[in-house]
Amino acid sequence: MIVFEDVAHDYGGGPLFRDVSVRLDKGSFHFLTGPSGAGKSTFLKLCYGELLPSSGKVTLMNRALQSMTRDQLAETRERIGVVHQDCQFLDHLTVEQNVGLPLTATGRPLRASDVSDLLTWVGLGTRAEALPPTLSGGERQRAALARAIIGAPNVLLADEPTGNLDWEMSQRLMMLLIELNRMGTAVLIATHDLNLIRFAKAQVQARVMRISGRRLQLAGSEL
Amino acid sequence: MSARAISGLVVPGRGQSVWLITLSAAAMAFLAVFALALSVTSARLAANWSEALSQTATVRLSAPPEEMDSQTALVLDVLRTTPGIAEARVMVPEEQAALLEAWLGPDLPLDALPLPRLIELTETSEGPDRQGLRLRLAAEAPAAVYDDHSRWRRPLVQAATRLQSFALVSLVLIGAVTAAMIALAASAALSSNGQVIRVLRLVGARDRFIALAFVRSISRRALIGASAGTAVAMLALLALPQAGSAVPVLAGLGFQGWTWALPLAIPPLTALLAWSASLATAFRVLKGVT
Repeated sequence: MIVFEDVAHDYGGGPLFRDVSVRLDKGSFHFLTGPSGAGKSTFLKLCYGELLPSSGKVTLMNRALQSMTRDQLAETRERIGVVHQDCQFLDHLTVEQNVGLPLTATGRPLRASDVSDLLTWVGLGTRAEALPPTLSGGERQRAALARAIIGAPNVLLADEPTGNLDWEMSQRLMMLLIELNRMGTAVLIATHDLNLIRFAKAQVQARVMRISGRRLQLAGSEL
Repeated sequence: MSARAISGLVVPGRGQSVWLITLSAAAMAFLAVFALALSVTSARLAANWSEALSQTATVRLSAPPEEMDSQTALVLDVLRTTPGIAEARVMVPEEQAALLEAWLGPDLPLDALPLPRLIELTETSEGPDRQGLRLRLAAEAPAAVYDDHSRWRRPLVQAATRLQSFALVSLVLIGAVTAAMIALAASAALSSNGQVIRVLRLVGARDRFIALAFVRSISRRALIGASAGTAVAMLALLALPQAGSAVPVLAGLGFQGWTWALPLAIPPLTALLAWSASLATAFRVLKGVT
């Protein structure tokens, strides 16, 4: 689904990482970890085409990222759900409208019951009409997760999804992601929270990748 | 909720650019109504002057007082037997006084002035042989001078026609400035809504969807602004002195009859202009957003 071949990225001050080759297959579960500034968010941005690699090749859903048209990139993003750390909502729309956006903005049919069921699943059944600025940190993360998965994506990318949450809420959110993975969605989570990784590995077979020394490595058994 | 319905909601309805678009459209529509009124009025004046003056003429008779009546009779005889002249009548002193009052003021003792006698002609649509008529008058009544008003008519009609051209050029300029201002406002609106665009791109929205969301919002604002500007301008025109009032220079500026429908086209045309200007701007700006 997502394939990196000898990928490097450089913002202009030398490569952030290089020689990265990895495959995210259907139904896989990956964690991406590493110190702050190592390039976790950059790696995720390459995964959904917000950035282009400085060198190497990124293939998203069997299409080379570098040769995609803007419409092809948009079409590819329909199949990739993204949860940002800051959630990125349209603050003047209700939670329900924000969650339905991936379908309505791409002309796909949306049933009110689908949004309602999904909001109930993430525990926001009573917050459908609320505006995003009125949500708590945990509610925002769960609403962002609902928006990321309403289009039944093949891949879910999450950038520090539990960064602002307490441990109990982090566990709840992680269980939602695990449940989603069990339904066949490939999941990639960027996080520096090792406790969260240990918690998830107890529930699901997950691979842990670590960006360190400008290289991507598979983490050892200490995790 | 449908794609079209959400498209109408994704662009926030507040912000400086929203007011800029509405205000620009209102001001430009206001000016456009006046330019249109000037164009319509000058066209009407040109047509009226051309038509009114082209079918009338005057014979001015400057004879000694003792010969005035006999010369007048001779001129009338010539005129009545000239093909192309429907009617000829001698203007009474009161009519001459009314003509001169505008230039010399009221209560002027006209009896004390050696005024020529004026004979007003109404021509048929074919009109007389003007050169032949001048020769006959020169032979029968040498003191009579035939004036077909062409030396008045031509510059008047030229002036009115030129005024109409200026008004039309003004309309084109107003349209161009409106398009430029709306394009700038659209660019500002897109820049200030970078977060909206990023989120929409993130969830897979195509450029066309995003552009149309902004274009619809901008066009709706332009339509509202232009409607307000047009309405105010039409009310202002209604309040202007009408023809026959004491302000002859401004009298008659505005629309008459069916031409009142013309300014109603300005709001939809402004919206159309806003649509095309903002669509082009939106696609240009979106190319810079991944």
